Amino acid sequence: MDRDNGSGGPSTPSGPTARLRRRKGSTEVAPEVETNGDRLLFNDRNKYKSMLIRTYSTVWMIGGFVSIIYLGHLYIWAMVVVIQIFMAKELFNLLRKAHEDRQLPGFRLLNWHFFFTVMLFVYGRILSQRLVNTVTMDKFLYKLVGRLIKYHMVTCYFLYIAGFMWFILTLKKKMYKYQFSQYAWTHMILIVVFTQSAFTVANIFEGIFWFLLPASLIVINDIAAYIFGFFFGRTPLIKLSPKKTWEGFIGASFATMISAFVLANIMGRFQWLTCPRKDLSTGWLECDPGSLFKPEYYTVPQWFPEWFPWREISILPVQWHALCLGLFASIIAPFGGFFASGFKRAFKIKDFGDSIPGHGGITDRMDCQMVMAVFAYIYHQSFIVPQSLSIEMIMDQILMNLTFEEQRALYTKLGQIIMEKQFGES
Amino acid sequence: MRQKEQSPPPSPSTRLRHRKHTKSQEVFPDVSKLNGGSNLLVDDQNKYRSMWVRTLSSLWMLGGVILILYLGHLYICAMVVIIQILMAAELFHLRRIVHESKRLPGFWLINWYFFFTAMLYVYGRILRQHLVNTVTSDKFFYKLVNSLFKYHMVICYFLYIAGVMWFILTLKKRMYKYQFGQYAWTHMILIVVFTQSSFTVANIFEGIFWFIHPASLIAINDVAAYFFGFFFGRTPLIKLSPKKTWEGFIGGSFATVLFAFMLANILGQFRWMTCPRKDLSTGWLHCDPGPLFKLEYYPFPNNIAQLLPWKGMWISPVQWHALWLGLFASIIAPFGGFFASGLKRAFKIKDFGDSIPGHGGFTDRMDCQMVMAIFAYIYFQSFVLAPGSSVEMILDQIERSLSHEEQQKLYAMLGQIFQDQKYGYL
Repeated sequence: MDRDNGSGGPSTPSGPTARLRRRKGSTEVAPEVETNGDRLLFNDRNKYKSMLIRTYSTVWMIGGFVSIIYLGHLYIWAMVVVIQIFMAKELFNLLRKAHEDRQLPGFRLLNWHFFFTVMLFVYGRILSQRLVNTVTMDKFLYKLVGRLIKYHMVTCYFLYIAGFMWFILTLKKKMYKYQFSQYAWTHMILIVVFTQSAFTVANIFEGIFWFLLPASLIVINDIAAYIFGFFFGRTPLIKLSPKKTWEGFIGASFATMISAFVLANIMGRFQWLTCPRKDLSTGWLECDPGSLFKPEYYTVPQWFPEWFPWREISILPVQWHALCLGLFASIIAPFGGFFASGFKRAFKIKDFGDSIPGHGGITDRMDCQMVMAVFAYIYHQSFIVPQSLSIEMIMDQILMNLTFEEQRALYTKLGQIIMEKQFGES
Repeated sequence: MRQKEQSPPPSPSTRLRHRKHTKSQEVFPDVSKLNGGSNLLVDDQNKYRSMWVRTLSSLWMLGGVILILYLGHLYICAMVVIIQILMAAELFHLRRIVHESKRLPGFWLINWYFFFTAMLYVYGRILRQHLVNTVTSDKFFYKLVNSLFKYHMVICYFLYIAGVMWFILTLKKRMYKYQFGQYAWTHMILIVVFTQSSFTVANIFEGIFWFIHPASLIAINDVAAYFFGFFFGRTPLIKLSPKKTWEGFIGGSFATVLFAFMLANILGQFRWMTCPRKDLSTGWLHCDPGPLFKLEYYPFPNNIAQLLPWKGMWISPVQWHALWLGLFASIIAPFGGFFASGLKRAFKIKDFGDSIPGHGGFTDRMDCQMVMAIFAYIYFQSFVLAPGSSVEMILDQIERSLSHEEQQKLYAMLGQIFQDQKYGYL
């Protein structure tokens, strides 16, 4: 689906624009600003120069992002994987000390070994059902895939253990502390990077809506906070990020919740965005959107003003869920940004990397997104997915987890159980 | 069921020997000089004195473990949890000792807060099904427990997020690096401690056999490696642990594998050990142990039968699995010990703690056990759980959660799908 691209207006929901604005609101990237006595953006004279650089890279990012959404689930997944690889690369490079590294050849390779092991494990788990559904047509592939999945956990475990043993065998005297810190650092990076991307991918295959809405909310929150801070900002919010203000924070919260409500309505009307993808195909999706996306009509209450054009509004039940997502995005997700700021101050680094001109590294862009992706997944699993075991869920399990023979065995046994019950009752 | 004293002792006495032959160098730094510069145990003159101290504490530990085994699954889990708390306490404490100079009030509280959040999450997941099965008799509690578990993930997530926000709000200028270091260390500790203990608990509820067998193998490996090193040890194995020798390693491997084979036979005959526990009761267990533990008679071929007094052997299928467990325990699990040794050298600490007289702390005792517990769980899930069991699980779910009409509906739907598939293949 093509999206309407207003150039950088506050209602544009896609990722990069807000990343642009949010970047402006931090001290780290524009050190020349500090020459002004007052740090608030309200008094920043140089903002127009930096704005142009960022707008340029932002527009490119938006364009890329929109075309990926149009192409579909598999391509979004690929985009997530690519972003992840870049993030990991930035973070691995961050705490490496060039001097020690020269004495340890092959140590960097170990990092990437662990990275690909974790990738195999995480995506194997999430996408195994979908992979099975894709190859049901071919008997041989089906058996092969089934067997691979059965031994998936063991394979990943032995790959990890191999890396572990490799690490121990390459421990060098007098370098122990550096090597152990690198090992711990690698694990922390992998956990941070993979938790959020695993949940993101799981969300994507439940329906692009559950990926796009949370991501957009973070972006909108940033833009709105920037604009409110631009016009009204007076009281600093937190010592970690001196450019953020309370006015920006509160204003952005309201704006985010309202746009969450509205956006959910708009996005919920496209089947491309709301249908879950059950296999790894790339074609068009058709499905019954479910009760969550069926509009319900409410007549506007009497106390609404006369000029309100509609007498009746349609609300999708999902919009109420979107309110909760909006609340989280505006209040709690910014702490991801504070964490990253604190981290950069602690280790005295300006940016995580320099991949994106005018912005910083990819990790700088993704810090709040990470917190939001995890929450979106957990929210979805707890409140959206029906919890009581229904026929559909068991059906899904049967079709996805069992081989043909096992399905038939189940069918026979179930038949017997039903027979016995009927005889018992008669 | 009581374990015979003559059977090779589980963990504690081996911990004794393990301690002796890896750590003697640190504990008695002057011994090597007394022995003329040689580090090998064969030349260690003072071994009898240290042996006595350790034997005493080992016997106490052995007695405690046997008692707990007799009492059952719940008590073993309680023991695992307590050991876990003690390990975490040691490791948290360790980091604070290493950076003694900086103290932040209330910071240790954040560590324990994360610890209990992780505990709630991990054990909630594992014991979810068991808890539900325990309260099926009472409708009200059943509903209550079910709704608690529905929101279990959200609750734990919000507890964690609250901890992260607390952490960010307590960041102090100039202490950033220390605080982030502590945060990372806390996470690594919790991951290490909880991964292995959660897998251990999962194993216990599948049958005490799957807990006690791997744990004993580690102990036996240590004892056997010690004895072989004692009598034959000449060639040092690895720089990290100077007292280990290749002779001990290889001899220990053979002994462990052989022992795994025989121990599986012995343990497999007790229902107490082999039956899974489906709920949280503490009473006696009755179950059909399944084909895995059924003894089959293998007659020896004629030429061998003439030499030996026995005509054949009783072997149960589980013993072949035990061979693999033994192989892993002797070859790969010691790397857990090497890792711990390397860690101690890197941070220049002698022991992880001093809870156990003559040995060290709990982490010193558990380092190899951790690697083994994870492997045992993964091996069990991948190779031992019979393929039919997933059919059983789903049938179980169907019987428990669906009403009779729903079951019939499911049956009809399955039948329809099979019809469609049949025609699809034509």
